[in-house]
This record gives sequence, C-alpha cells and structure tokens, in this order.
Amino acid sequence: MAASYLQIEQVSMDFTRGDLTSHVLQNINLKIDKGEYISIIGHSGCGKSTVLNIVAGLLRATSGVVILDGKEVNDPGPDRSLVFQNHSLLPWLTVYENVALAVNKIFKHSKSAAERHEWTLRNLEMVNMTHALNKRPAEISGGMKQRVGIARALSMEPKVLLLDEPFGALDALTRAHLQDEVMRIQSELKNTVMMITHDVDEAVLLSDRIVMMTNGPSATIGEILKIDLPRPRDRITLADDPTYNHYRHQVLSFLYEKQRKVDVA
Amino acid sequence: MNSRANITSVPAEPLVIKPRVADFKKPLVGILKKWKTFLISRFLPPLIVMTILVGVWELTCSRPDASLPSASAMLEQSWELIVNPFYDNGGNDVGMAWQILASLERVAYGYLIAVVVGVSLGVLIGQSTWALRGLDPVFQVLRTVPPLAWLPLSLAGFQDSHPSAIFVIFITAIWPIIINTSVGVRNIPEDYRNVARVIRLNGLEYFRQVMLPSAAPYIFSGLRIGVGLSWLAIVAAEMLIGGVGIGFFIWDAWNSSLISDIILALIYVGVVGFILDRMVAFIGNRVTRGTSAG
Repeated sequence: MAASYLQIEQVSMDFTRGDLTSHVLQNINLKIDKGEYISIIGHSGCGKSTVLNIVAGLLRATSGVVILDGKEVNDPGPDRSLVFQNHSLLPWLTVYENVALAVNKIFKHSKSAAERHEWTLRNLEMVNMTHALNKRPAEISGGMKQRVGIARALSMEPKVLLLDEPFGALDALTRAHLQDEVMRIQSELKNTVMMITHDVDEAVLLSDRIVMMTNGPSATIGEILKIDLPRPRDRITLADDPTYNHYRHQVLSFLYEKQRKVDVA
Repeated sequence: MNSRANITSVPAEPLVIKPRVADFKKPLVGILKKWKTFLISRFLPPLIVMTILVGVWELTCSRPDASLPSASAMLEQSWELIVNPFYDNGGNDVGMAWQILASLERVAYGYLIAVVVGVSLGVLIGQSTWALRGLDPVFQVLRTVPPLAWLPLSLAGFQDSHPSAIFVIFITAIWPIIINTSVGVRNIPEDYRNVARVIRLNGLEYFRQVMLPSAAPYIFSGLRIGVGLSWLAIVAAEMLIGGVGIGFFIWDAWNSSLISDIILALIYVGVVGFILDRMVAFIGNRVTRGTSAG
C-alpha cells in the first residue's frame, strides 16, 4: 500500500467529562494526495470540525494517527495552517501586521527582513488586500477579514491548508466571490486542502473529493464522492451541467435521506 | 468608452468647484459656532451647579454660630497657603504643592510595585488553574482587609514609616490589579490561542503579542481602580505616620484648629485624585485602542 501525502488512520475521539464519555468520532480513515482538494460535509455536530482540529494538531485523537508527509502529527504547526470560520485576526494588529506576525515567526531564520516583507505583501496581493494594509480588522468587511485570514494561512507555505467553514459567516454574494478566489489561488499554488463545509454547492464546486460524514455520536465517514469535473470550473455554466447536478443530488440524498437528522426541526 | 467618460467628467467639474468657494466661509463660522455650543453644553452646567453649591455653603456657614468657616472666610484664612503653594520653611512647614508631591511620591512607589507584582500574579493565576486554586482563596481573604489594618504590621516589619506607607499603598492597589488581570487572561479567545499555537509563538512572544494586548482592557480597568484606591489609602496612612504629606497636613490642621486649611486640602486631594484617575484612563484608552473591537 503506497503511503499517501496525508493519511488519517483509525482515528477515534472521545470526550470525557466526569463520568460521561461521549464517542464523537470512530474509525476515521482517509488518504489524501498531494494537491488534492477535499471537502468534509455533514450535519452540524457530527464531528467534522473535530477531524480538522485533530489534523491541525489542536486536539489529540483518543486513538489512531495522522501522518503528514511521512511524519506523525502531534502538535499544531505552520505546515498545517488554518483558516478559521470567524477569521480570528488579532484586532490590535493591522492587516499587514497580522500576516507579518506569522511570516516573521515562521521564516525568521530562512528569509531576510526584506524578503519577509516582500512575502507578506505578495500573499496579501494574492487575495487582493493590498489596498487596506494599514487598516485594523474592525475597519474592514467580513469578506475582507476572511481574505486576510486566507493570506495569513497561505503565507505559512503549509503542506496542507485547513479551512474550517471559511465562508460560513459571509453573505451569499461575498461567499461566491471568495469561492472563486480560492479556486483561482488553488489553480496557481496547487495546495493540498481540507475544507469543512455544510454547503452542498460549495463542496461540489470546489472539491476533487467530498467526504460525507454520518451523524454522531460515533460519527464516521459514510461515503466518499469523487467529483470528476474539469477545471477551471465556472459556477454559471455548471448550474445547468447534468454531471454537476448529479453530484449535487448525490450529496443531498446522502445528507437528507440516508443521514437525515431526526432531532433537528 | 472614451467619449462616455468625457461626457460625464465635463459637467462634473463646475459642480465640484462651486461649493468649494461657498464652503470657504462656512468652516470658520462653523468652528466658532461648534465651540460656542461645546462650551455652553459642557461648561455651563457644572459652572451653574458649582455656583449654587458655593452659595449654599456661604449662606449656611455665615451665621455667627456656624462651626465651619464659610467660603469667603475660608479664602481669607487660608489665603497665604493658596497663593504660595511652593514655600518651604523647612520641616513640615512647606507649601501645599510639596505636601501633595510628597504624597504622590509614596503613591507612585507603592502603585508601581503593585502594577508589576499584580500583573505578574494575575497572569500566573490566569494561566494556571493550579495557581488559581491555590492562590485565589488567599487573595479573596486578604483583599477584604482594610488598608489601614496593614499599617501597624508593616510598621513592625519595616521599623520605619516611609516604607510602611508605601507598603500600605501597594497592598491596597494590588488586589483589583491581580483580579482584573487574571480575568483578562482567562478571557483570551480560544481562537487567538490557536493562532499562536499554529505559528508556534514561544512563551515570551505569546505574552507580548497576544496575551498583553488581548487582556489590556481588563488590566487597565484594574489599574484604574487600583490608582483610585491607593489615593484613598494614602491620606489615611499619612495621618498616622506623620511627616510631610497631604494626609498629615490635614491631621495637623485639625490639631491646630485650622478648619479652613482642611477644606483647602480636601479640594487638593479631590482634584489630584480626579487627575490620577483620568491619567490612567487616558493611557488605557491609548494603549487599548482597537483592542476590544472585533
């Protein structure tokens, strides 16, 4: 069996509080190739964010391992950079400083000060945010904050980019715009991406494969759907594309027929 | 495309210029008007209230059997002190400014030590649950001890009045600083911690780049309460330890039955306390600008 770039092997997660133990994840197995764009979709509370946090190293799995590029993941690090749902920029730093904080720390020894400055600007340029370098997060819109968050994550040159519902807090128009940007950047940089989402269209449009999770407790991977659509993808032409709609249908039927959430009104 | 741009730009030009000429006079008049309304709305109400208060004071204390001096009598009796704040006849016989400065010096020492120790301990019990469990009960009991109750003990310990007064200020100001700092550190959003963990900030970097700015609004509200309390405590402490200082000045004036000097000293104490509070608030606003906004 050839080793994949990112391997999640037999990962289970239990949370214990007092005498109560809840089994959140059970036997998660996933292999991701270099340059692949993977979405994880599932109902809220199914533990998809927990999977991401385990890969990020922010949580320790109760059992099982995550192996990235031949090394076991034990703690958080810049090779697995995160884009958080609520951007989590530091509000007392400007747009430039937020990215520079990461760049200056990670490339302290490998790049000169001028190179780091250059690199910070280049990443902000990639997300079209150079017009607001000296603004603080409170002074820019939600979509712009998320752009800066993406720039910060990209600037770390991660082996895998982890997106935790990156567009969840945005309005539909901004979301579509940012999805297009992410597709454009992805076509340039060929990053390995793992994205958590609960948006079916987003998953089909962006992903190479969609990982569908069953409902918790003891959630696991239900089905994996390969999205065989040519890139670059265009949301308007795809809207009438039968293959695209077929994929959409498959995800929808998994979520709303096979894994229908009974306790949600 | 080009012709279209030209059509729109031509009529736009005069539209921009016209209001500019008319606007020229407007700002001057506008600024004056703004200042006038600002002065009237901000300074008139306190002025009226002050006049009424002084009037009532004057009326109630002007009767021959009044035990306190009236406003005019106070001005007359303490006139020397009011006009000469900087005289120095040696010993305790110095102007009001020197008395206040002596008190401020003690407060400055005690308060600064309290800031350093308080923020450090606050960070410790904010970071470590073990330290919180161990130290919090001690703090909760000690912080209820009134400032002056510490004075005899510190006199016994230091064998000298000067460090004792500083210690009383320190022990008074430190509790709100510790408690607020620890709450601020505990309330650092999980996301900021995660960002720091992903880019692997070390302890010192995390402290400087994330913890201090994030907790700064809490820390500064503790610092503000602390400075107010230390100014409250210094007057009482100085009454007991003697020497130069506004507290002993008040006590001395009482022993010499110079009631008007006491009133003058109280005004000084109030104004200085107000300034101290505003200074810390001002620094806090400058430092935490943008911190609390999400």
